[in-house]
Amino acid sequence: MSIAELGETIKTEKMKMNFGPQHPATHGTLRIEMELDGETVVSANPEIGFLHCGFEKLCEHKSYNQIVNITDRMNYLSPFCNNLAFILAVEKLFDLKIPKRGQYIRVILAELSRIADHCLCVGAQALDLGAFTAFLYLFEERENIYDIMEMISGNRLMTTYTRVGGFARDREFTDYHIKEIRRATSGLYKTIDEVEKLLNQNKIFHGRTIGIGVVSGKDAINYGLTGPILRATGIDWDIRVSHPYTSYEDFDFDVPIGENGDIFDRYLVRMEEMRQSLRIVEQAMQNLPDGPENAEEEDKYVLPPKDEVYTTIEGLIHQFEIIMENRGFKPPIGEVYFRTESPNGELGYMISSNGGNSPYRCRVRPPSLVNYQILEPMLTGQMLSDTVAILGSLNVIAGELDR
Amino acid sequence: MGLESNLNTDGGGFMVTTVDSVVNWARKSSLWPMPFGTACCAIEMMATYASRYDLARFGAERMSFSPRQADLLLIGGRVPIKMMPVLQKIYEQMSEPKWVISIGACASSGGLFDTYSMIQGVDQFIPVDVYVPGCPPRPENFIDAFMKIQKLVENDSVKNYKKPKNNSFNKLWQTN
Repeated sequence: MSIAELGETIKTEKMKMNFGPQHPATHGTLRIEMELDGETVVSANPEIGFLHCGFEKLCEHKSYNQIVNITDRMNYLSPFCNNLAFILAVEKLFDLKIPKRGQYIRVILAELSRIADHCLCVGAQALDLGAFTAFLYLFEERENIYDIMEMISGNRLMTTYTRVGGFARDREFTDYHIKEIRRATSGLYKTIDEVEKLLNQNKIFHGRTIGIGVVSGKDAINYGLTGPILRATGIDWDIRVSHPYTSYEDFDFDVPIGENGDIFDRYLVRMEEMRQSLRIVEQAMQNLPDGPENAEEEDKYVLPPKDEVYTTIEGLIHQFEIIMENRGFKPPIGEVYFRTESPNGELGYMISSNGGNSPYRCRVRPPSLVNYQILEPMLTGQMLSDTVAILGSLNVIAGELDR
Repeated sequence: MGLESNLNTDGGGFMVTTVDSVVNWARKSSLWPMPFGTACCAIEMMATYASRYDLARFGAERMSFSPRQADLLLIGGRVPIKMMPVLQKIYEQMSEPKWVISIGACASSGGLFDTYSMIQGVDQFIPVDVYVPGCPPRPENFIDAFMKIQKLVENDSVKNYKKPKNNSFNKLWQTN
């Protein structure tokens, strides 16, 4: 009797297994209730809500500038992209346009955030599969980006740098910052190459990633997937190209596309996106226009520069009028939706305003939640140990998922 | 400090010390942390473990993802009501003696999130030894908290380990 025949005669009972919510590979607080037949996953039932913090409810009684604080804590791998997405929605509601220089600086910071996000995602994915070195290499680059963020915004991780019509501080971005960004990103090309050398030809990494967690392009569209997961299936969709915002149309960059839609392709897409982001950052720094960063101060929504607030009575009154409730800060009534390409996919904010100081309702379209839906069909039929690899490749951020 | 020169070269000789100082010295220099990271502070916790800050210098290299083999619980991030029973169960599964660091404003006091779904400070449900302020705290803050725990361990006595700490908190979970 061959082993294959023997396997058919032995009947095993199906076993229920609990994965999470406290598990190092869940990157936070996800729980999957799995039914196993031997080592094969028969069914997987994800449970969410272990990190529900009531973001959208909080938005209903905070002013527009205060909400930027909350958006940081949603996707904590790339906070600036969240800041930007929210504030762009608000600026669409208020019908504000910020100067070209401000837009370019936003692009620089958003792309640096994207690099930092992909660094951690690829690093953690490799770490889950047993490759610790790649994680340490990439985290060092993330630390360099932290340094830049700290220099510009004042905080390593939580930037909270955008405000309605510009930034927290106007005219702070100088040549010194450009020099520092060049210095910090100069090592990145080398690190990306090194990590690719470590992983691209790695037999173990191939075995754990190629042909596993495959999503077809049709499925990806049906499930509403966006971001690197969609692009890894071979579908050319990037909101930065199709619906450019904050002057993305000025930059020349490629959208990397995969073929098979498996974990390995997602990894390759992320690595290539980091290179393309570096290209965008370099172009933005070269062509950075002169002039103010924030929108015109005459707009009654934009905070005045800080030195004016501290030294002149007009500036102080201007600041007071915007910050204090019921002091003439009157947003228009209406509903807007604005979407951006965050590192995980389409991040959109829908803001409904009834003219009050804070939004009447703020709804987030988080890429993590939508991308997480594919998990169940993806896991079914795979081995138990592939769960970790698949979860790592989806880059699901629990803070964004549960909000 | 000249210790070796006082020892016999053939490997003999002995030193006199107290059980407390030996045990506490061993304990404090090889704490096994159990990282309970839920949100943003977990990323800074990772940064502390990663290349630049390298918490392994303090003897906490071995991250124990099973609470049963851990003696230091690191709570990093927001803890909603749905998560709190899990956290409390993890704390109870840890063997004595055990210490707890609450990292960040959210775990310590609720922080930014004064909403319907959040625990306003995990110390309502489990005892906390060291609080780290910040949203999120810098790795240096975290290392400082870690050294404070080492000091706590150093000054403790073996006699006290037998007595469990004040566990008169409300149990959030039930065994069937």
